Amino acid sequence: MSSLFPASAALLCTFFLLAGCDREERGLRHQAKAETMAFVPSGDPRANDYQNNAFQLSQGQRLFGWMNCVGCHSHGGGGMGPPLMDNKWRYGGRMEDIVYTILNGRPNGMPPFKGRVTQQQAWQLAAYVHSLSIQTRKDVLGARTEEMSNVEPPTLQSPRTPINEPPAPGHAPGK
Amino acid sequence: MRQRPFVRLKSLRFAAASAALLPLAFSQIHAAPNGARPAAGATAPEDGQWTMPSKDYASTRYSGLNQVNRANVAKLKPVLTWDTGSRKGQEAPPLVVGSMMYLTMPFPNNIIAIDLAAKPRPAVKWVFRPNPRPMSQGVACCDVVNRGAVYSNGRLYFNTLDGQVIAIDANSGKQVWRTQVGNIMKGETITMSPLVAEGKVIVGDSGGEFGVRGWIMALDAATGKVAWKAFHTGPDKDVLIGPNFHPYYAKDRGTDLGVHTWPPDAWKIGGGTTWGWIAYDPQTKTIFYGTGNPGPWNPEQRPGDNKWTTGVFARDVATGQARWFYQTTPHDLYDHDDINEQILLDMPVHGQIRQVLVRPSRSGYMQVLDRKTGQLYSANPYSFINAYAGVNLKTGEIIPVHDKSPKEGRVVRNICPTASGAKDWNPSAFSPRTGLLYVPHENLCMDEGVMEANYIAGTPYLGSDVKMYAGPGGNRGTFTAWDPVAGKAAWELKEDLPLWSPALATAGDVVFYGTMDGWFKAVDALNGHLLWKFKLDSGIIGQPIAYRGPDGREYVAVMSGVGGWAGALVSGPLDPHDPTAALGFVNAVRDLPKLTKAGGRLYVFALPR
Repeated sequence: MSSLFPASAALLCTFFLLAGCDREERGLRHQAKAETMAFVPSGDPRANDYQNNAFQLSQGQRLFGWMNCVGCHSHGGGGMGPPLMDNKWRYGGRMEDIVYTILNGRPNGMPPFKGRVTQQQAWQLAAYVHSLSIQTRKDVLGARTEEMSNVEPPTLQSPRTPINEPPAPGHAPGK
Repeated sequence: MRQRPFVRLKSLRFAAASAALLPLAFSQIHAAPNGARPAAGATAPEDGQWTMPSKDYASTRYSGLNQVNRANVAKLKPVLTWDTGSRKGQEAPPLVVGSMMYLTMPFPNNIIAIDLAAKPRPAVKWVFRPNPRPMSQGVACCDVVNRGAVYSNGRLYFNTLDGQVIAIDANSGKQVWRTQVGNIMKGETITMSPLVAEGKVIVGDSGGEFGVRGWIMALDAATGKVAWKAFHTGPDKDVLIGPNFHPYYAKDRGTDLGVHTWPPDAWKIGGGTTWGWIAYDPQTKTIFYGTGNPGPWNPEQRPGDNKWTTGVFARDVATGQARWFYQTTPHDLYDHDDINEQILLDMPVHGQIRQVLVRPSRSGYMQVLDRKTGQLYSANPYSFINAYAGVNLKTGEIIPVHDKSPKEGRVVRNICPTASGAKDWNPSAFSPRTGLLYVPHENLCMDEGVMEANYIAGTPYLGSDVKMYAGPGGNRGTFTAWDPVAGKAAWELKEDLPLWSPALATAGDVVFYGTMDGWFKAVDALNGHLLWKFKLDSGIIGQPIAYRGPDGREYVAVMSGVGGWAGALVSGPLDPHDPTAALGFVNAVRDLPKLTKAGGRLYVFALPR
């Protein structure tokens, strides 16, 4: 036996309760720390060197597991941290932005890895992260994934157009 | 706190109407047919309030109100809904004290006070903003949830994600004290609801996925000063194991087992957190709670029994000294965190009334343990299990199935139950009228591959890939009414999605629970027949409550707001293309984004006047 309440009455209830609220007490939506984007100059020659190099990319993939990136971002789908395989970038999806994020962290949960990885490793990691959304040339991508759960091979996936998206406040830690 | 006096013609008329129903309702009150009842002294007479998430120290989640009952629940209507603006998992219950309602939010952990008696309609009285550090979101394993505040003696006590315990004045919303007890740089967060007993606020940490060293501690409720702290790994003096520690089973006796059951120094990053539920027996002044999984998940990195993780502790509330311990899954193989609720009952065991605690463990066995000795009376499966072959009641040992043990370099398929267990955090309810325990749980299995994990402070310490999916039968959730005396299910309801919402039982012989696609359901406590359901704007993982409003009517309240480990796909949002996302849970609920959306709205229901 189900009883469906008319939506109009539910709306009315909401309206009445909202009308009773103090307008000044509505800060709930805005508690997350502002996610500012540090200016990272583009045109670093390493960007192309790393992202177009299958060896560097595969090294990055190994580091992605070793440095516990997988624990938060899974194999790109996210978890404690946001997904990396989709096309949304809170802090920019260029190689330079990703390296900056890895080394310096971001305010809503991404820890800084400066001192834990070398510059070279950070670029290798960035090459792998960049490839998760298939922004990389197909001949550079690995034909199979390392993990047991068989995500579709990257070479069979289509590229996802990057979008720089200001995250909704309160959402998962930024990438 | 007092009830607001309320005299009005309409409510008098209503009172007369409900009085006419009372003889019928009271005539049904009798001892439960199976002889089970809540622990003596661990429940209070029904006062129409809901001051702590588990309702009482026995953790019954039972309301003695019966205006809403089997006969009329079909007429239940929403009378109040309010969007809190939060879009993260809402695992906390509303609390009701006198004519005030208090909501506890996920990160940033605001407390919202609503005056239910305000004229002309309920209104927000104050909001307390603790402003936890945003970095804490990055070390919260499974969404940034909070399981609720507790009211005691004019104050609200609650924890923040970044590891603070805070006391605020329930009337004014002003801070009384705050104490930093967790270190997020090591991955210590707090998501659990505190227990307040004997002037102490008892809290524990989360972070079993980060290689923290788990603990429980008591703070002075008046000042916030730490009274005692017990770790769950390491030497006996740190674990507060002393001369009063008398575990029932020989395997738990010895010196410094929290060191010797680990590889050298592994206990320092061994997990064993306390993020679930604490029950309290006022007669023996003992708290009962479970400890979390050892770290890392990969069991090959930590040979040994890994004490004192994944077990149940009984401790003296005043000193924290351990009385007994029972280890549910020594050398845990599957993240079978043992933090689930314990319901304190006095009930017949082999014909004799025993003081027991009943707990639906993550492993899938319904444990019945003696509260005084820690003896395991029974452990019957309440869900499908193929990872264990049973429990030896003589030695207390669970029997793992060798073929299902994770090994580095291979993937083990079809392990049931999953890492999230046959049941995760969402607690059961017990009705003293039916004698049944109402257990909302999951029916999932998983594939798991393990690899060596590196410990890096403040990052996950797991070494495991998981992919979950529906268990036998295809239903991902089950709502089980369990007869703890007979040790078997009285009836079961199959649910399509995993159940992540707790249950509420009432004296109207109605049991409430919610589903992750947003159906709030009322079923008959006697036979499970669906009596009423209502679709909320977002999935339900929150704790339903019942209370008597300022007008004397019975209300049922719940928060919508899908999330948590099970709903992270929607509250993240995460990418369903990766089956291992959210530690493998995403694969089991890939259809969730089609069924619901993120939310965070209070719903209050009542019968028409």
